Parts: sequence; C-alpha cells; structure tokens
Amino acid sequence: MEDEKRLEAFQAKIDREEKIEPKDWMPADYRKHLVRQMSQHAHSEVVGMQPEGQWITRAPSLRAKVVLLAKVQDEAGHGLYLYSATETLGISRDELLEQLHTEKAKYSSIFNYATLNWADMGAVGWLVDGAAIVNQVSLQRTSYGPYSRGMVRICKEESFHQRQGYEIISEMALGSPEQKEMAQDALNRMWWPSLMMFGPHDADSPNTGNATKWKIKRETNDELRQKFIDKTIQQATVIGLTVPDPDLKWNEETGHYDFGEIDWTELKEVIHGRGPCNKQRLNHHRKAHEKGAWVREAANTYAQKQRDIKKVA
Amino acid sequence: MSADNQFPQWEVFIQSKTGLPFKHVGNVHAPDSEMALQNARDLYTRRQEGTSIWVLPTNEIVASNPDDSDAFFDPAEDKIYRAATYYTMPEGAKHI
Repeated sequence: MEDEKRLEAFQAKIDREEKIEPKDWMPADYRKHLVRQMSQHAHSEVVGMQPEGQWITRAPSLRAKVVLLAKVQDEAGHGLYLYSATETLGISRDELLEQLHTEKAKYSSIFNYATLNWADMGAVGWLVDGAAIVNQVSLQRTSYGPYSRGMVRICKEESFHQRQGYEIISEMALGSPEQKEMAQDALNRMWWPSLMMFGPHDADSPNTGNATKWKIKRETNDELRQKFIDKTIQQATVIGLTVPDPDLKWNEETGHYDFGEIDWTELKEVIHGRGPCNKQRLNHHRKAHEKGAWVREAANTYAQKQRDIKKVA
Repeated sequence: MSADNQFPQWEVFIQSKTGLPFKHVGNVHAPDSEMALQNARDLYTRRQEGTSIWVLPTNEIVASNPDDSDAFFDPAEDKIYRAATYYTMPEGAKHI
C-alpha cells in the first residue's frame, strides 16, 4: 500500500476509536511524538523518585515511612512500565537512558524543585500527583495501545498516592499553628509549579501538532489545567489553606475558576536546565546508573557462565 | 554515557487466579530466565496481582502481521454455522 492510503486507513482506525498496536503501520511522526512523550513520561517517574526519596529516612513515623517507601517504589515501577511500553516503538532502553543523560529527552519540570521539609511530602503527593493523575486519567484513552494499557494500570495504582499526600498536608494544616504555617508555605511554593506541569497554553504548545488529530492527547493542556484547579481549590478550602493567587475567582458564568497568569519565563528557565535542582537531579541519575554498572556486568557474566555449563553438560 | 546493554528483553504474562488465562502485561530486562521471573514478580505483582508468571524471550515470539489480518483470518469468515445463533429453534423451545 502507498503511504497516503496507509495514512488514510490509519486515521480511519483512530477515528473508529480502535487502538494502534506495535506491529501496525504508523506514520513516522506518530512514532516520533509517542517516543518523545512516553519517554519523557517514563523519565519523570524515575527522576520523580528523588525529591521524595530524600525524605524516606526522615519520615516522622514508621507508618509514614512505609507509605512513602511504597509510593516511591511505585514510581520506579511506573517508570519501568512506561519504558517497557516505549520500547514497543522500536527504541532500546539504552537509547532512552542516553537521551536522558545527554539532555536530549526531558522530564517534568516539577521535579527540579527542592523538597525542603515534611510538609512538602504532603504538597507533592496532593498537588504533583494530583496534577499527574488528571493528565493520566485522560491518557488512559490515548490511541496507542501499550501506552493506554500502561496508563490504566498506573492510574489504578496511583489512587493512593494523592490521598497519602493530602492526608499529610491536612494533618499539618489542622495541627499546631507552626504546622499550619508549614503546610501553607509548602502550598505557596508548589502551587504555580504544579500548574506548569500541564505545559504551555494550547496556542503556544510546540508539540501539539497532530497529537490531537491522532488522539495521542485527548484533552488540551489548558483543559486539563482547568480541571485540576477546579478540583483542588475545594480541597484546599476544606483544610483552611489558600492558594497563592490573588486573581483566583469562581466564575459563575463558566462554572470554572478564573486564575492568574502563570510565570512562563520560570517554566522556560526550568525546562532549559536552569531550575533550582536540574543539575543535582541529572547528576544523581547518572551516578546511580554508573554505580550500578558492576551489577549489570556481574549478572551478565553469571548468565553467560550458566549457558556455558549447560552447553558442556 | 555510552550504551552498556540493558540485558535481553522478556515478555511477561500473569495469571491472576488459578484457572484464568495468562495475560500479557509488558516486559522486563534480565540476563537470564531466573532473574527475569524475579524482576517480573517485583515489577508487575506489587499488589498480589498474580498466582503465576510466565516470562519468555521477546525475540522468540512469532506474531502475525496486522496488515495481513484480512487474508490471514479470512478462512473463518464464511463459516457462520460455527456460531449457535446460526440455527433456528422451534417456537416455544426453552433452555436450548
């Protein structure tokens, strides 16, 4: 079949809400967009372990510690699900890692912010996972089969992530005046970066292209951001916290919250490597990978030995 | 960083309950079958999703080509008499 006919059949399949599977023909741009988006998603899960992982040894109780440990473990698992799904597009894990280490591939800008105290564990779970969930719920309906199935599994598992964060922040917000102050401070610092997680305005989004037509993305950045805000404000109000946005106002007419303008210069700076923790995050990942080299070598050598023994026997 | 080979890839199938079919869930990388099983256990059954796991080398899987699926599955297409709904039952007959 010629490409034009194939493209037509491909689009028709998507329009019928059928999933695209790894062995199906797909336009090169579809594959490229997916590799970029899915690997960025995978890297985000993996790098995202760092800001929370730092607090495992300093969790205030054994319960808090096992919960945080389980959550960070999940992030590792989710990263692996996503690498696994990305590999179905014909790119190797090595290549994906190399793209991360050479900064050709990105990860979510939010993980370049520092987590300064325990209240931040609450804010991260509540806001960062909350924003991620809004995005991922939408991506469950993405047109690429392996990505969609990965999202379904991840969403199911993540349901506890946001709740554990909200539990932490609400305990603090309803605790002593000092604790409440810490909770409010964490919200103040994490609010805007969380809104930036949804990416630029639709009009300024460089990667949208055919993503909507090909149903890789089912909702736009702005739609998802609005959903997140509408959901979260009530949760803040219930525990007596306020978001740091003087322009935030309920709009009776639209049935949504109006909100102030995001500082896009900040997002650009962080994306381009100039956020508070970019260097630290990437260096840590590189170092962990290099330090693990002997384990991979040993496992390979052992596997080879076993094969040799079998041959002789 | 230079590529350092992330081990061979294995496809993972999980049986959620005895008696149910094994279902594909994704893949893992591992140097040998034993570690592939352990990695699959760690990655795909953190919440007791399974009673049994299969792993097999990804490159050992032979798959049909979706582009050929029309011709490939064509032999079954005109054999609708393989479905129970093909047959007319006498009026009033129950539980058949």
